[in-house]
Amino acid sequence: MMNTASQSFVNIGERTNVTGSARFRKLIVNGDYVKAVEVARQQVENGAQIIDINMDEGMLDGVEAMQKFLNLIAAEPDISRIPFMIDSSKWEVIEAGLKCVQGKAVVNSISLKEGESLFEEQARKCLNYGAAVVVMAFDEVGQADTASRKIEICQRAFKILTETVGISAEDIIFDPNIFAVATGIKEHNNYGVDFIEAVKVIRETCTGCHISGGLSNISFSFRGNEPVRRAMHSVFLYHAIPAGMDMAILNAGQLDIYDEIDSTLRELVEDVILNRNPDATEALVDFAETVRGQPGQFRQKDLKWRELSVEKRLEHALVSGITDFIVEDTEEARASADRPLHVIEGPLMDGMNVVGDLFGSGKMFLPQVVKSARVMKVAVAYLDPFMQAEKDELGIGDKSNGKVLMATVKGDVHDIGKNIVAVVLACNGYEIIDMGVMVPCEEILAKAQEEQVDIIGLSGLITPSLDEMVYVAREMQRLDMKQPLLIGGATTSPAHTAVKIDPSRTNGPTIHVSDASRAFTVVSSLLSNAESPLFVETEQAKYQRMRERRSGGPPKPRHPIDVARSHRHQLSSVAIPAPSYIGSKVFDDFDLSELSQYIDWTPYFVNWNLAGRYPQILEDEVVGKAARELWHDTQIMMKQITGENWFTPKAVIGFWGAARHGDDIRLQNGEILHTLRQQMVKNNQRPNYALSDFIAQYDDHIGAFAVTAGPEAEQLAIRFESKADDYSAIMVKAIANRFAEAMAEYMHETVRKELWGYAMDEDLNKPDLINEAYSGIRPAPGYPCQPDHTEKATIFSLLQADRIGMKMTSTYAMSPAPSVSGLYLAHPESVYFSVGRIERDQVQDYALRKGMDLPVAERWLGPILNYEPSEFE
Amino acid sequence: MSCRKERINQLFNVAKQRVLILDGSWGVMFQRMNLTEEDYRSERFTIEKYPGQMKGNNDILNLTRPQNVAKLHDEYFAVGADITETNTFSSTTIAQRDYGLDTQSVIDINFEGARIARASADQWTEKEPNKPRFVAGSIGPLNKMLSMSSDINDPGAREVTFDEVYQAYKEQIEALNRGGIHMYLIETITDTLNCKAAIKAIKDLEDDGLEQLPIWISGTITDRSGRTLSGQTVEAFWYSVRHAKPFCIGLNCALGADLMRPHISTIARIADTMVAAYPNAGLPNEMGQYDETPNETSSKVFKWAEEGFVNILGGCCGTTPDHIRAIAKRVEGIQPREPVKNENSLRLAGLEPFELAV
Repeated sequence: MMNTASQSFVNIGERTNVTGSARFRKLIVNGDYVKAVEVARQQVENGAQIIDINMDEGMLDGVEAMQKFLNLIAAEPDISRIPFMIDSSKWEVIEAGLKCVQGKAVVNSISLKEGESLFEEQARKCLNYGAAVVVMAFDEVGQADTASRKIEICQRAFKILTETVGISAEDIIFDPNIFAVATGIKEHNNYGVDFIEAVKVIRETCTGCHISGGLSNISFSFRGNEPVRRAMHSVFLYHAIPAGMDMAILNAGQLDIYDEIDSTLRELVEDVILNRNPDATEALVDFAETVRGQPGQFRQKDLKWRELSVEKRLEHALVSGITDFIVEDTEEARASADRPLHVIEGPLMDGMNVVGDLFGSGKMFLPQVVKSARVMKVAVAYLDPFMQAEKDELGIGDKSNGKVLMATVKGDVHDIGKNIVAVVLACNGYEIIDMGVMVPCEEILAKAQEEQVDIIGLSGLITPSLDEMVYVAREMQRLDMKQPLLIGGATTSPAHTAVKIDPSRTNGPTIHVSDASRAFTVVSSLLSNAESPLFVETEQAKYQRMRERRSGGPPKPRHPIDVARSHRHQLSSVAIPAPSYIGSKVFDDFDLSELSQYIDWTPYFVNWNLAGRYPQILEDEVVGKAARELWHDTQIMMKQITGENWFTPKAVIGFWGAARHGDDIRLQNGEILHTLRQQMVKNNQRPNYALSDFIAQYDDHIGAFAVTAGPEAEQLAIRFESKADDYSAIMVKAIANRFAEAMAEYMHETVRKELWGYAMDEDLNKPDLINEAYSGIRPAPGYPCQPDHTEKATIFSLLQADRIGMKMTSTYAMSPAPSVSGLYLAHPESVYFSVGRIERDQVQDYALRKGMDLPVAERWLGPILNYEPSEFE
Repeated sequence: MSCRKERINQLFNVAKQRVLILDGSWGVMFQRMNLTEEDYRSERFTIEKYPGQMKGNNDILNLTRPQNVAKLHDEYFAVGADITETNTFSSTTIAQRDYGLDTQSVIDINFEGARIARASADQWTEKEPNKPRFVAGSIGPLNKMLSMSSDINDPGAREVTFDEVYQAYKEQIEALNRGGIHMYLIETITDTLNCKAAIKAIKDLEDDGLEQLPIWISGTITDRSGRTLSGQTVEAFWYSVRHAKPFCIGLNCALGADLMRPHISTIARIADTMVAAYPNAGLPNEMGQYDETPNETSSKVFKWAEEGFVNILGGCCGTTPDHIRAIAKRVEGIQPREPVKNENSLRLAGLEPFELAV
């Protein structure tokens, strides 16, 4: 989880304060409220999450100015969407302000300055008006400067507020006074340290409270020297936030990035803030003088980054939020890239990742990230026409890889990440429906249904968004919406998705996307028929493990692999005849009518989302009617298929001498089949199976098969589709799948009775076949006995399955689609089992045996890992 | 312990055991009585002293046709309502200014409104001791808003001040309290600042010694935007009034059950107190009438009870005793919602919610 300080750090805009901003004071005194409102708007645009409003100016009627300004900004929804902090040293001005805000505001401030009774009275009023309070560390004696005074006063105030007045702790914000350092007065040198020390103790002892402060005070003695002041602000926050300061009044538009501050300056500033040596002030003042004396020096220094490589320049521009050169740099990167998209996926994304890392580690603050996003937008906008032109050229302008709906959930306005994801996906040919920010669940789901989107992506940056996402997931379940749901944004996490969101729905996958760069992989995996099942299964397994870990329940206990091996099945010695031939043979003379006798129709109805066993399903109360209609149409097509020989099924069957070698099966021809062993702790005496257990240590045999219904079904489906007959297209594919399975069944029987001939006397009826009542098994890779799909490669090469037109994709899916492949094990004790979850020790060993890198093995075995592979940590 | 205190404790107890039923609309019911201008005026409000039309000022019937008002309370209790509202929705000096009513008359309307409702409730409780009946003092929204400009050319202009609204509510609240209500119901809130003035008035009166009563706050989401008329989201609204420590928070009016559903489910997810909903009988047709049948309304809102969204259900515009009967029947035996427990975050609000975890 990214629970860093910066995530829960609130910046309060300081520019709408007549005591802090000369410009704002001038506007208010001159009655130019229109421009004054713009100052407020800029603060919000720059990322202020609250704005502080102060009208304490001798020339002004504070009550009138406060009311007038608040009434005006109440009419500006893009300003009044955030809470206000009503700031005054005069109670009547504060109260006047409280009478103008419909939301829950913050009062800044009350204190014990004039004794307990006035403090209590004002606090009670705040409570009745419904406002949170800033309490300044100020008592009858004066303003607290040392850590101990700050702590003492805050603790006293806390007790009065929570015990006498009845204000909740979370509505109390302490301002333990940020004072200027480096003033030349020695007594002031420790003010920074005092503040930070006090913050720690106050947060610990006044449980539930918050800490704020006026940031610009710290640098007061460097008025007019912006570079130094800004560095001081960033360094101060860098140290105060981890101590527990969770709010500050600051200029949201002007914060330097800690890591980007000139290192000499940063060192000097750090010495001053942390009071690290007695000469710190002098050193910083000297340095500051050189800067002040030559205002251009910093500029020049700033521009050094222009000499960097174009990638580094783009990164710098993104991190520092500089748009000045972004178009020319983007053009330079585009000119040297193969495709405009590569500029986005390459240097621009890299730069944004740096931004993300800095933000995550508390070295960048939200307003700065907002600026980075703006730079990104400019760059992408520049590239957009080029990408459009490329699309037109390639004629893929209108072709969409899929429709993705994106929205920032209700209550949340953050859309940087979402926009980047949208751009990345759009560039990759996905159609994006971007609903923007603050989108209520109902609108998201209605739109998703109306547009029939393939995927719904939700984004959010603030904590309440998490609940909203859970709500969306629940609603998708209620409305039976099956689309994959993607979860992204700074507060989201795999853990939250696993524990809270994913369990809210069972009708479709919910996937957490950790950052924009992962979005493309996730979406393309989800929308690829070949990759989707493994991908979803792996993610779900990952979430399941997280849930188990969360619920305190350990991952289920597993035996170490050597213990599991000692529990292997002890094979009895049984005489099994040798197969009728060694090596592989092709079979291609099949009668479709005869094969159709071997079809198990139950999964066919499942294909059509009709649940129930065949043939009972035809009489089912709920789905019976639909099932009968489908059955009727299916019979018509079956007649054509068998009558006109639509399919050309083929098979290749092979047998080899084999012997068990540990958990592997070694073939006489040198090939090795790898198997996986159960590691679960079993209560009974049952063994921990691996397929190799069913092969004797000497002089045994193993068979393998690959069968296909042929490529015709896919061609027929395309022909149906071109006639807009999707119904028949789906039907012909579904029937072809049944034929492939029937082939496997038919060939297995032929193998048992003839080709291997270990069960020549077998006499089973069809239901027995379906119930697997035969002797020996035919396990297929990718199924519970051997979940590793990559084992198919060995089987394919053993059988030279390409001879019957079968191929394998990079994800080990077989083509043509209606195909089945697997092994034959003849021993009567061999049984189907499920490997279940396995431990790291076995996966390491398995990877070694297969000559695979561990991460690759972990990827293929993702759904059955009983531990968290390192890439997910 | 006073009889009223005891009854309020009963309220808290029964609210934990079952979904409580509030009454339905009053406007429709008064219309059906076909009362004349004279009925509204009676002897007290002569045309000489109070010129202009009085017909339509339903609240004044508390003083001029109390038996008609009592009849409506009885009708709603008879079909299964646990709670009735006083007939005081517009009984503030600000709202009654349109009818030229003086402060004393407004206070009397509230006081009598409370007494009529209370008499009816007490009778029914006596008759059916196992189903105690309660009176909620209706505090309506005013026709003037504190957060919205009254002048299109001047966004800073306001028709009333906070102090005026506060004062008007204070008079109403005190009169309702002294008339015997069991709880305050600040309802149909279109502008949260108005509501906050009412809350402040209640809290200040309590600080000055007025007997403390439970507060029920009911906002209004005006349209599909999902916002109050003054622009707040449901969450922001809740954060802005939470300091009242209300016994119940919810929504009413403007929307029918269909359109209210997402918002009430939002409140149900965040409110660490009871939740109430009393929607309109659908949206008005072109003639301004409500067509939704008792069966339609009840089959929608009872689902909220089933899903654990609500503790109190009732009806607003367009609902009748038949609607309330249907709702009461359908929710019988359903467990009420359990208030959620929230983390102790700093929760602020502008038009939108703000949360800072500790």
